[in-house]
Amino acid sequence: MILDKEHAMLQKLYRQFAETEFTKELLEELEETGEFNREIHDKMAKYGFMGVKIPKQYGGAGGDYLAYALLIEEFARVSCVLSIYANTSNSLGGGPLMLAGSEEQKKKYLPQVADGSKIMGFALTEPGAGSDAGGMTSTAVLDGDEWVLNGRKTFISGAPFDDWIMVFAQTDPSQKGSRGISLFILDTKLPGVSFGAHENKMGIIGYPTSDLIMEDVRIPKDCLVGELNKGFSYAMKTLDGGRLGMAAQAVGVAQSCLEEATKYAKERKQFGRRIADFQGISFMLADMATDVEAARQLVYHAAQLKDANSPDATLACSIAKYFAAEAANRCAYKAVQIHGGYGYIKEYKVERLYRDARITSIYEGTSQVQQMVIASNILNKIK
Amino acid sequence: MKIFVTVKQVPDTSGKVAVKADGTLDRASMQTITNPDDLNAVEAALTLKDEYGYKVVAFCMGPPPAEPMLRELIAMGVDEAVLISGREFGGSDTYATSQIIAAAIDHYGIEEDDIILAGRQAIDGDTAQVGPQIAEKLGLPQITYAGDIKKEGNTLTVKRILEDGYMMIKVQTPCMITCIKELNTPRYMTVSGVLGAWEKPLTIYDYPTLQDHPLIDKSTIGLKGSPTNIYKSFTPPQKGVGTMLKGDGKDTTNELASILAAKHII
Repeated sequence: MILDKEHAMLQKLYRQFAETEFTKELLEELEETGEFNREIHDKMAKYGFMGVKIPKQYGGAGGDYLAYALLIEEFARVSCVLSIYANTSNSLGGGPLMLAGSEEQKKKYLPQVADGSKIMGFALTEPGAGSDAGGMTSTAVLDGDEWVLNGRKTFISGAPFDDWIMVFAQTDPSQKGSRGISLFILDTKLPGVSFGAHENKMGIIGYPTSDLIMEDVRIPKDCLVGELNKGFSYAMKTLDGGRLGMAAQAVGVAQSCLEEATKYAKERKQFGRRIADFQGISFMLADMATDVEAARQLVYHAAQLKDANSPDATLACSIAKYFAAEAANRCAYKAVQIHGGYGYIKEYKVERLYRDARITSIYEGTSQVQQMVIASNILNKIK
Repeated sequence: MKIFVTVKQVPDTSGKVAVKADGTLDRASMQTITNPDDLNAVEAALTLKDEYGYKVVAFCMGPPPAEPMLRELIAMGVDEAVLISGREFGGSDTYATSQIIAAAIDHYGIEEDDIILAGRQAIDGDTAQVGPQIAEKLGLPQITYAGDIKKEGNTLTVKRILEDGYMMIKVQTPCMITCIKELNTPRYMTVSGVLGAWEKPLTIYDYPTLQDHPLIDKSTIGLKGSPTNIYKSFTPPQKGVGTMLKGDGKDTTNELASILAAKHII
């Protein structure tokens, strides 16, 4: 795809910002502390990155899915974890509200999410409900004018510093499976809300992840988002777009692997010549370049389908996520391999890329879940 | 209340510099960027806009492909752009260029509280002449090498930074100021700015637009009207870029050792 002038300029902006602001010192600090860096979050917000996909009438920039995918790709090319900073508001956090929120809810919450003054998270997964999100046990019971929430959500990115969290809970246990689930906006400052310990993650370090615990949390009745018992479909639709973002993130990580490996292969000399001149190495670089480009085109194509509201968008997003995440893992493996022993040392960027790449084939639908989505679409489509 | 910012699209000299047989730069074959000092002028204008509500208008003389650069400035916050573009203007040296830009700004209309900001110099020619010449041709006071600009009514107090010190100068608007990189750090474009950049006005001033202006005379513009002759252009040999490590403790020596190890020197 040849980007039009607007998207090409956005790509230039994202790249310029990431290359200038995501300094070596900042990336090291994130790795060392594992803490959320408010300063870089605020800087991203200042230039409008938090609201790329949020409509203009709610304080965002009103960009499309392609504008969003380019953002995540360019940020992830420099830092996978920092791409998450700008992702949440445009994707899992702001997404369900944009999808199902009432006009009043959108006006109340989205402008503050778009300008970065508030952070909104997403809580679907539970200890016993991962890929099978319909198996959740968290409950919401109406008591007068309030919903009473109970349950435990797990692997919630940003939970400890989220201001609001989009929470899914069972509202009608008599309905089986994914039916009977509803979506709520939870204010994390309310009594009964607490968080588990920070997960000690392999990668994407610098954006804390923890459990969200809800014990008799009372939220106003109007915190229900969308229709009662329709929550699961909102979750799936949100994850459609989320998958596109994570596919773009995988492309960014893979691109970075390619760049690092190429630079190193040209610099490193063995047997009297640079290792890039050995066919074994150069073919690995060729495979990586092919993987990156194929993944990128799948992502951009899926973004265009989403923007066109195409019925094929769900399939395209899953294909893009599946391919790009696996490509990122292949590229990370090769990048470390080309670096040899140095690739196993933390001082080299590929060590971090290797760990960061691993998550892309796990979160927002594992590669196997994507295969299930792809297969079921194909089985229905081809008669 | 306007600020005119003059900007130039220049070859990215951090990449390959190409020179044509006649000694002039082969601009078509090189990547282009906004002249860095001009971005400082844009930032100064936008800072004053944020505080006092100026309308910022960017003026650029160049071929039509300069439009995307101007759109980028609009995406940073510039309100309007004027591209001065015409075959008759091609090949102008600093004398002729300043003549044309001065005419263009005057054509737009200069008022009592207006300011013209320019970058100190362009990285392709390094002359630092166009800004001051615009001021001379418009009969306006000028201050070069501005490292700080403060405004009080129609009076600006400018810190003029020189190699061996600085001068504090007060000037009345309308005036012309050239900006240096120490003045500020240019902001990025914003996402909303980019998405709205093609909706903001960009006007082309061609030769017919400006031909009746007193400063425009075919004998003083374009290649023919340029007193400068280029005999030769070349890229001077590059000096190696050093890296300074700060500190005198063990951390610094460890850092040095790890850099050398990373390059497989040790």
